[in-house]
Amino acid sequence: MTTAAFGTIAETPSASRRGSWMRSEEARGLAMISPTFLYALALLFLPVLIVLAYSFWTQDYLDIDRTFTLENYRQALTEPIYRDLFVRSLWISLSVSIATVVFSYPIAWFISFHGGVHRNLWLFLVTVPCWTSYLLRVMSWKVILGYGGVMNTGLISLGVIDQPLTSLLYNSNAVVITLVHSWAAFAILPIYVSLQKIDRTLIEAARDLGDSRIRAFLRVTLPLSLPGVISAFLIVMIPTVGDFVTPRLVGGKDGVMIATAIQAQFGKAANWPLGAALSVTTMVLVSLAAASVVFALRFAVRRIR
Amino acid sequence: MSLLTRRLAFLPWLPAYVAVYFLFLYLPILLIPIFSFNNAATTTFPLAGFTTKWYGTLAGNGAMLEAARNSFVVGVCVAVLSTTLGICAARAITRYRFRGQKAAAGLIMAPLFLPEIIVAVSLLMIVLALGVQLSLITVILGQTVFCVPYAMSVLVSGFEGFDRSLEEASYDLGETALGTFRRVTLPVVAPAIVSSLLVTFTISLDEFILAFFLSGTEPTLPVYIWGQLRFAAKLPGVLALGTIMIAASILMLTLAEILRRRAENRTRIALT
Repeated sequence: MTTAAFGTIAETPSASRRGSWMRSEEARGLAMISPTFLYALALLFLPVLIVLAYSFWTQDYLDIDRTFTLENYRQALTEPIYRDLFVRSLWISLSVSIATVVFSYPIAWFISFHGGVHRNLWLFLVTVPCWTSYLLRVMSWKVILGYGGVMNTGLISLGVIDQPLTSLLYNSNAVVITLVHSWAAFAILPIYVSLQKIDRTLIEAARDLGDSRIRAFLRVTLPLSLPGVISAFLIVMIPTVGDFVTPRLVGGKDGVMIATAIQAQFGKAANWPLGAALSVTTMVLVSLAAASVVFALRFAVRRIR
Repeated sequence: MSLLTRRLAFLPWLPAYVAVYFLFLYLPILLIPIFSFNNAATTTFPLAGFTTKWYGTLAGNGAMLEAARNSFVVGVCVAVLSTTLGICAARAITRYRFRGQKAAAGLIMAPLFLPEIIVAVSLLMIVLALGVQLSLITVILGQTVFCVPYAMSVLVSGFEGFDRSLEEASYDLGETALGTFRRVTLPVVAPAIVSSLLVTFTISLDEFILAFFLSGTEPTLPVYIWGQLRFAAKLPGVLALGTIMIAASILMLTLAEILRRRAENRTRIALT
């Protein structure tokens, strides 16, 4: 459609082609977006290319040996510590994204179908906690899940347990809980947007034709909201795999994730090429994992239909 | 009959679920203010009585005030820079159609879909490879990359309803490009712009990872807090500081939301 629109502009007869192009919609659009685009090119795309280049080089004490090598990737993929960190990071980000989407879907559904005139207010209330300091929220979860924390004292005073639970904090469950909380709004918003786009008469039609509430949901609402579910998945899963703060504060020993190892290569260990290779591998692995989740979701929804 | 019972069985579940979910969402940010007024150095129930002494300790804390000043400077610069870049991109996307539009927008929005640590590490590498000293300027440049997508989403929704025939009418009536922008475009899109400034300032104020990697010797508030978290005795002071930061964030977001809604209403009026 974009090229078609351009075609009509390009075909308009003009005295000087170049002059007319300069005044065309395309030229103006490109000129308008170029400052932002160039900024992103210089401070996002170029740095990522440099990371890619470094991942094929070698650290030689203080210098960088620029001969091509796959040694960093061999290390990243075969050394047991990195392998364990990759597996755990992917597992945590997968659990977090599934849990976030599953727990957030009813909220998005509630706001879209029962929010009434206050939909914007509901959306605002959902997003407020996500905008307040990430560091402080993680710290707060430490207070909630800790040995003498809110959860333990609460459960003891309710008589559910008589000894404080030590299993709440400093493990991967604590990391998952904290991350599900952090990313809630990022899942609710895309799902809400796709639910809003659904033509409500389709659901009514399904109900009129004898589908139960649940069948109408599974066969009409869910498939039509799939684009929102998929973007919620991607926007939660990909960033969480490289989370740095949460594992450090609430993860303890068996909640360490790959970001800690990446950071170490740029800090104490001072092995940039290995750090770069770990970063690239993380991106590739999480992209593959995300792609397979998207594929599986599409397949599952098609089967339900 | 079965329909009715199912309806009755179904309906109370959803509000109850929503209530529990909101408790889950708000519990962590409510606990910070509660414990910041608690007269004990530990964060356990039952509460030990009301005090404001932790806030008192902040006033005399030079390192914290210095970090707050850094955060403010960075926040203002990031807000202005990312909103300016956001205006260009949002206008290009809502006003024009051109080849490569999707690709350009995709690159600009990419930080939303990247692990922040990878953005941080890649920026750190390019900064050090160029031999640039880490300072507040590198933090500003880095956080801007990260804030532009948010600025853009606020601005695109503000610009979308804008009727370009208003601008054309202004040109036809003899107004210059600058005059049209100042007298026609700006009044309509101003609330979206202010809203974007507030949102990006808030993100910058709370952003940790980029600041942690790129800040060198001058910490911003989150980097300062990170340093304090190692010492259990400093926790109450951090909670008091955190309460102030949360209050500031909520205040700015509420203001941004009010402005954004006003912008929406105004474009709707302009269209009718």
